[in-house]
Amino acid sequence: MMTYEELQELAASEVEKQEQHDYCVRVCLAAGCLSLYNDEIKNALEIAVEDRGLGDKVAIKGVGCMGLCAAGPLVSVEPDGVLYERVSVDDAPAIIDALGKDPVEHIHCPLDIPFFERQQKIVLENSGVVDPESIEDYLTRQGYEALMIALTEMSSAEVIDEVVRSGLRGRGGGGYPTGLKWQTVAKAMGDTKYVICNGDEGDPGAFMDRSVLESDPHRIVEGMVIAAYAVGAQKGYIYVRAEYPLAIERLKLALRQARRHGVLGDNILGTGFNFNIEIRLGAGAYVCGEETALMASIEGNRGNPRPRPPYPADHGLWGDSTLINNVETFANIAPIVRNGGDWYASIGTEGSKGTKVFALAGQIQNTGLIEVPMGITLREIVEEIGGGTPGEKAFKAVQTGGPTGGCIPKEYLDVPVDFDSLVELGSIMGSGGMIVMDETSSMLGVARYFMEFCMTESCGKCIPCRVGTAQMFRLLDKITKGQGTMTDLELLEELCDLTKYASLCGLGQSAPNPVLSTLRYFRHEYLEQIIDAPEPVA
Amino acid sequence: MAVRSRIKTLKIDGRDVSGHEDESILDIARENNIYIPTLCQLDGLSIVGACRLCLVEVQGWRKLVPACATYIEEGMEVFTNTERLQNYRRMILELLFSEGNHICAICVSNGNCELQDLAQKLGMDHVRFPNLQPVRTVDMTHERFVVDRNRCVLCARCVRVCDEIEGAHTWDIKGRGVDARVIPDLDIDWGDSPTCTSCGKCVNVCPTGALVVKGQPSGEMIKRQEFLVYLSEIREARNG
Repeated sequence: MMTYEELQELAASEVEKQEQHDYCVRVCLAAGCLSLYNDEIKNALEIAVEDRGLGDKVAIKGVGCMGLCAAGPLVSVEPDGVLYERVSVDDAPAIIDALGKDPVEHIHCPLDIPFFERQQKIVLENSGVVDPESIEDYLTRQGYEALMIALTEMSSAEVIDEVVRSGLRGRGGGGYPTGLKWQTVAKAMGDTKYVICNGDEGDPGAFMDRSVLESDPHRIVEGMVIAAYAVGAQKGYIYVRAEYPLAIERLKLALRQARRHGVLGDNILGTGFNFNIEIRLGAGAYVCGEETALMASIEGNRGNPRPRPPYPADHGLWGDSTLINNVETFANIAPIVRNGGDWYASIGTEGSKGTKVFALAGQIQNTGLIEVPMGITLREIVEEIGGGTPGEKAFKAVQTGGPTGGCIPKEYLDVPVDFDSLVELGSIMGSGGMIVMDETSSMLGVARYFMEFCMTESCGKCIPCRVGTAQMFRLLDKITKGQGTMTDLELLEELCDLTKYASLCGLGQSAPNPVLSTLRYFRHEYLEQIIDAPEPVA
Repeated sequence: MAVRSRIKTLKIDGRDVSGHEDESILDIARENNIYIPTLCQLDGLSIVGACRLCLVEVQGWRKLVPACATYIEEGMEVFTNTERLQNYRRMILELLFSEGNHICAICVSNGNCELQDLAQKLGMDHVRFPNLQPVRTVDMTHERFVVDRNRCVLCARCVRVCDEIEGAHTWDIKGRGVDARVIPDLDIDWGDSPTCTSCGKCVNVCPTGALVVKGQPSGEMIKRQEFLVYLSEIREARNG
């Protein structure tokens, strides 16, 4: 067990150690750049440093995601403030030779572009900066300071109060006020309580949680321990999908380090507070991201959702009161406790505070991970930060919210992004997936694709979702093939209505969204495919 | 001494009714002879809220709620049979009929089938959706019983009765979505199941012809479910 003073000493000696080096070359070792063999580039950089006898002056550090995944593999140099893109192993010697001089021209990525300048980082403030495998490095970035403040200077009610004041809303998709959820769990009866981190990110094209877990796992641990203190829980689970092996590996390491350094386990930081965390792996079912199904899965049962109420706060894991939040939600907790709820509430819009991480994917220049203040317009995200659609092709729509979200056409690009405005547009914020489509994309094809996804991911428990999605998929398939009739279209709309209002869980209730939103904005594309459609009015 | 439970008063379809706080809308509706269709629900088994046939509207609530899984609240106004609900219920039945082999004329449970009764009662006289024609299996390996998965509506009554009442947990569900199906143990032939006690409870609670007694002719496939309430009460009493 370590005390906070010892942790601070550790942080200070780590800072001292880091300051001995004149330069720090950071190599992105998150999934995207790693798949482009950035680990080999890191080796090459280390060899280049060794060859030049610069071992004392230059540190090579593996870090998490730098965001601009489209331009990977990425390497950055501090204190030069230089970012290199599309780096190859052969560039390693040149990068080392250019330290403190003009950057290597052909791989130099300017930082004064909107992609970097328009972002505001809270959740990702450590991503691409700290070594995700080092608790010492996390400590140098005020790591576990918020935990110490919470445990020693604040009552649990005060911690909750800060979260309430922050206006933070759940980042998993629903947008439920986090502070209210914490209050409810804190008030719940019973001696045993649980805290669960939902890391079962399954939307196609979404990689926000993955990136946070791979880049800054201690942030999640810290957020969960603070939450546990606030609501009075003794045990926590992080539910991560097994498809994220790197995230799991780094989380496991982080948990081990956290236990060894006394910020997790028994008698945390000598305060007498006990809390432990276990990792549970998802076996690949999308529906397990739904909280009641996730809890069933943790209990060792089939991952089926159940009717709510009772909500997890009242009747959660093994019948006990349970707080369940998403990865990104927990990542916001430490900064809120450190800087105060009012600070967080000063960012964003009236109903949606703070920042939101989005995974930009699809037909867009700057594929990658961004964090922007709530209230930024879709146009700023797509055209400025994202760099627009590649080539000459015109922008057509942006799909937000994953398979249960909707497509938003160009007429609404100037709408500020927050939970409520996206719902008004027939989409949802979701967990932050954002898929951009250009004029070559068929909206009918998009609807068909997502319906197929929901059909295969339906658990099969309730009839509207199980059979409704299968019948909707068949109707969409028929219309796509040019064999649909107006009767089919009417049936499709009736099924959308049924599935939306009669399904048991959020998966079924929002499965029709891609169809409803494309019918709302691109109905003509459906009609063009329908054989007995009325002639369009000139 | 009995546990104290508060009494709530509410309105169902305009009628003033009352009940205990731990009773569901369905309980109170039945007590007052107000019909709400159900399929997955069966007295004596746990509530799963899966079939969605018992969805009702509550004044001022944004969402429809399953009557079986929703406790009554003071002053709530419930509507059990609006046009919207009737449409949804018929469509849910249409979806069920489109999902498997529910051709009554060739079914041994013809005349003794809850699905058939529901269709008649709720006025579902035709199906607008094409049959999904799933590839499902029939297992006749058990000495006395048959499972025909083509006629299964996945209400999971068999799974629950086997687990909660018999205590064997022979049945469970494998697969997702339209591929979900009931399986004995870890998907072995029923006749080979080491856990099945051949008690026949699953057959008796099955609402359709998916679980039937071998050799019993059509017209005599009458399911007995009265045992369930007694057994579950005895279980509860024993478990305190």
